Amino acid sequence: MPDEFILRALAAGIGVALIAGPLGCFVVWRRMAYFGDSLAHSALLGIALGLLYGININLGTVIVCTLFALLLVWLQHRRVLATDTLLGILAHAALSIGMVALSFLDNARFDLYSYLFGDILTVRFSDLYWIYGGGMVVIGLLVLNWSSLTLMTIHEDLARAEGVNTVWSNILLMLLMTIVVAVSIRIVGILLITSMLIIPAATARQLVTSPENMAIWAAILGLLAVLGGISGSIEFDTPSGPSIVTAAAVMFALFSVIGALRRRGVTIK
Amino acid sequence: MTSLLSASHVSVFRDGKTILSDVSLDVKERDFITIIGPNGAGKSMLLKCMMGFYAPSEGTVARKAGLKIGYVPQRLVADHTIPILTRRFLTLRKKADKAALAQVAGETAIENILDQPLHVLSGGELQRVLLARALLDNPELLVLDEPAQNLDVTGQLAFYKLLDRIYAERAVSILMVSHDLHLVMSSTKQVVCLYRHVCCSGEPHMVTRDPEFISLFGDDMARLMAVYNHDHHHAHDHEHDLPHSHDHDHAHDHPHPGGPHAG
Repeated sequence: MPDEFILRALAAGIGVALIAGPLGCFVVWRRMAYFGDSLAHSALLGIALGLLYGININLGTVIVCTLFALLLVWLQHRRVLATDTLLGILAHAALSIGMVALSFLDNARFDLYSYLFGDILTVRFSDLYWIYGGGMVVIGLLVLNWSSLTLMTIHEDLARAEGVNTVWSNILLMLLMTIVVAVSIRIVGILLITSMLIIPAATARQLVTSPENMAIWAAILGLLAVLGGISGSIEFDTPSGPSIVTAAAVMFALFSVIGALRRRGVTIK
Repeated sequence: MTSLLSASHVSVFRDGKTILSDVSLDVKERDFITIIGPNGAGKSMLLKCMMGFYAPSEGTVARKAGLKIGYVPQRLVADHTIPILTRRFLTLRKKADKAALAQVAGETAIENILDQPLHVLSGGELQRVLLARALLDNPELLVLDEPAQNLDVTGQLAFYKLLDRIYAERAVSILMVSHDLHLVMSSTKQVVCLYRHVCCSGEPHMVTRDPEFISLFGDDMARLMAVYNHDHHHAHDHEHDLPHSHDHDHAHDHPHPGGPHAG
């Protein structure tokens, strides 16, 4: 029987993989990788506020990331600066303010490294509630809005013409990403959250011909990466986040090579 | 005739500039209206306002209750990162049965690309797929935003010919923005010439004689149009409600609706 903390970590990692895979498809399709990174950076401010004021860190992160997303939507709407510039400003400002705020805490109370790269030892039961509760919200909303979101991704005006509220749908995607960021911190860490969104989805892209299958395969591949990564992390005493992402990257490389060989085989014939 | 979609006294001001000024346009049953005008004339903005994508600064847009609109955008950039077959794209968010899909696919000549990924299709094929999608709900009104903008001349001819046939065979009204006035001359029943305001409006051959049209597009364009009209006028000096062919003297014959782009 493995230790309880390992089971907790596995349960948490599996939950994160199952949510991040399908949502990650939209991140890949809609080129939101930089947005995901920025959102994750701003999460540090949420952690700092959580620790300073004694509120739940997940809650603190959701609040800060949601404000971040809404602020971004508002600034985008004003169309003064390009989105990547806005993201750069907001993300680094939030990251820096978070670090400044954390420096007011005494060092004993937190381990920055574990927030940046994840640490399975820090997973608590309350985190599992967050992951599975938040996960059900994310998956439920994704399934309910799947066709609308996919159509909007293919052509925004077409979706609008057919009655999709694209403003709300965009905000919905951002809010779903804030949930994923908030619940992933313990497992993969702030710096690597985006990779859990995009690497399994990008790997899945090479295997499928429908958007639905891409989402399903992204979840499966994410799951495999989590299982491989956490086993490796326990075996070799490596940080969990980088171990999981390494496993995901190895799978991506593997399928890319297989895909390239297969395409070449077709052209030779 | 019932009004399907109408803009009344629509104005749009943005960043201190007037994009549209007091534009009124009424689309009724069986209308075939083409909006023309130079770049920056506000054609797309007018369409956006009429589709409800954009709220006009002044004026109102009214839509018949429960009006079914089929919208064909200017172009679809099918992204390689999204794996989706044409068939799935057509039925995304739609409740179309097999028979309806087969019928529309036949009408737009896309049967042989239904099981191909969207991102491998040519420009002409994509436009036909978009048209097919718009037709799936049996719309009362087709709204097209420069639907042949990114096609070559043969592709444009083929697309307008297809649109012409759909107009003849279906009980549908058409509102279209187009640069290719010479290509749509034969089918369109009303031309609205737009340059921030409605410069002139009427049947094609009337509009090209309008001094406003001449000042907007120049003498050469007006003369060119007059030539097209001349033939057109003599060939079809009657209402266009019958599903007869609209062959032009200047148009090469394209027996297949898809033309050389099919397949």
